[in-house]
Amino acid sequence: MKTETLALDLRGLHKSFGTVRAVDGIDLAVRPGEVVAFLGPNGAGKTTTIDMLLGLADPDAGSVEVLGLEPGAAIAAGRVSAVMQSGGLLKDLTVLETVELTASFFGSARPAAEVMQRAGIADIADRRVGKCSGGQQQRLRFALALLPDPDLIVLDEPTTGMDVEGRRDFWNALRADAARGRTILFATHYLEEADAYADRIVMISHGQVVADGSAAQVKSLTSGRIVSASFGGQLDGGLDEAALRALPGVVDVEVRRERVLVRTTDSDAVARHLLTATHATDVEIAARGLEDAFLALTTDHQNAATQGSLA
Amino acid sequence: MSAVTVPITAAAPRRGLNLTYLKVELRRLLRNRRTVIFTLVMPPVFFLLFGTVDSYKTDSVGHANVTAWIMISMALYGAILATTSGGASVSIERAQGWTRQLRLTPLSPVTYVATKVISAMVLGLGAVVVTAAVGIPAGADGDMARIVEALVLAWVGSAVFAAFGLFMGYLLPAENVMQILGPVMALLSFAGGLFMPLGDGVFATIAKFVPTYGLAQIVRAPVTDDAVSVWAFVNVIAWGAVFVAGAAWRFRRDTARV
Repeated sequence: MKTETLALDLRGLHKSFGTVRAVDGIDLAVRPGEVVAFLGPNGAGKTTTIDMLLGLADPDAGSVEVLGLEPGAAIAAGRVSAVMQSGGLLKDLTVLETVELTASFFGSARPAAEVMQRAGIADIADRRVGKCSGGQQQRLRFALALLPDPDLIVLDEPTTGMDVEGRRDFWNALRADAARGRTILFATHYLEEADAYADRIVMISHGQVVADGSAAQVKSLTSGRIVSASFGGQLDGGLDEAALRALPGVVDVEVRRERVLVRTTDSDAVARHLLTATHATDVEIAARGLEDAFLALTTDHQNAATQGSLA
Repeated sequence: MSAVTVPITAAAPRRGLNLTYLKVELRRLLRNRRTVIFTLVMPPVFFLLFGTVDSYKTDSVGHANVTAWIMISMALYGAILATTSGGASVSIERAQGWTRQLRLTPLSPVTYVATKVISAMVLGLGAVVVTAAVGIPAGADGDMARIVEALVLAWVGSAVFAAFGLFMGYLLPAENVMQILGPVMALLSFAGGLFMPLGDGVFATIAKFVPTYGLAQIVRAPVTDDAVSVWAFVNVIAWGAVFVAGAAWRFRRDTARV
């Protein structure tokens, strides 16, 4: 076992804009070769964190190390590259000109033909960038990011605004590249994307890491349904938590004031039990989506869940 | 299993001027129809319209005919329009996120600005050469050595407006900054006495404070007998300092981390 330099080492990152705490204490260690999804709703602090790890913004507090280097040095050495959400392309250049020009900025770069092939844009080399679709432009950005053959690629919501086909093509290109062992960190607000393409999901909300684990672990937070019921004043006497936990499919039982919340994959069994064997009233069954998971993780478990409760 | 790509070659950043970038920049300028029309077509056309009256070809301004005087003025106009629009193109590139993208590459911001200035100066040279190539066969005549000296001064002096263009490009958020700067340049050229002699009235007094005034006086001095007033030098140096300082200030702000 040798100690590896972390691909990414963020410690105690803080960044505020005015009174808004965009990033409020993020710690994150990414090992080389990991494919990490940075998952969170809009405004969670994903882009601000990415700006800091690329050296585009300075943290108010905390430290950033990319491959053991300061971000600017990592970029200058071609060790890290990024695919930003939008912009960053000159519309009057062709695809090939853009790739060749960007290649000239690096001391050594992969051949233009190779990166275009890998990004799936070899067939549109002579097209003006301004005439390319959003998906094609994004694959061009990806091709540019491949030029220095970086150890780490960072992608900020790479498929925003793409149609289904463009999205699929983009992820196919990225997945093929990830198979080569490159470290990849991508931000997204689509759970499906995170689930399909990442080994590890780091969920952030309100500028903090609220969950960090395998895709399966994070997904389990959002799968199934929530059955909730009111026990009026008789919560202490009328509720048998153990009996609820023993029901098939029950993942978690939680009591909030006068209501009990049961996370389960078999909502029928829980509802039947509540209605027939207890005094429960106001039974509600709700699908447990990502938003709900975010809410649960940020409002109720704020302290407990911070930083890697699942890891 | 998951073999980790250990960095084998750390690509070293390139220093100095990037010729590929310069070539691409020049190609972009020539591809832009608006730029070509305003800098390479309009000045010689203006010259042909206003400078080739028969009497202008016989009247002398000292060491050349009036036609040559107008040709030199138009060459200067074309050159400052070229350098201004070259510099101002940073505005569009900021709006398109290109300068931000460059920060994710080893290219230094100084190299970026230098490339912008050099390509703007090459376009300015194009404007001067085209205007002269049209003007001399069309009747601009006189002491050729002095005419060439004036044309070279026009080109060199247009560097002041490359700084102006950069300053405006960093200052103005507009996607199409030249739509603002085009008319502004025409106005400055009129007010600074680029298109016609200023005479002695109130306009001549105002002109001394206009950024094109000093350049126009200095550039045309070789073909006229007029002594260049100290105000012309003060004008060029003062405005040049303002533009360079302004461009540097905005440039630093643009590349600063937030």
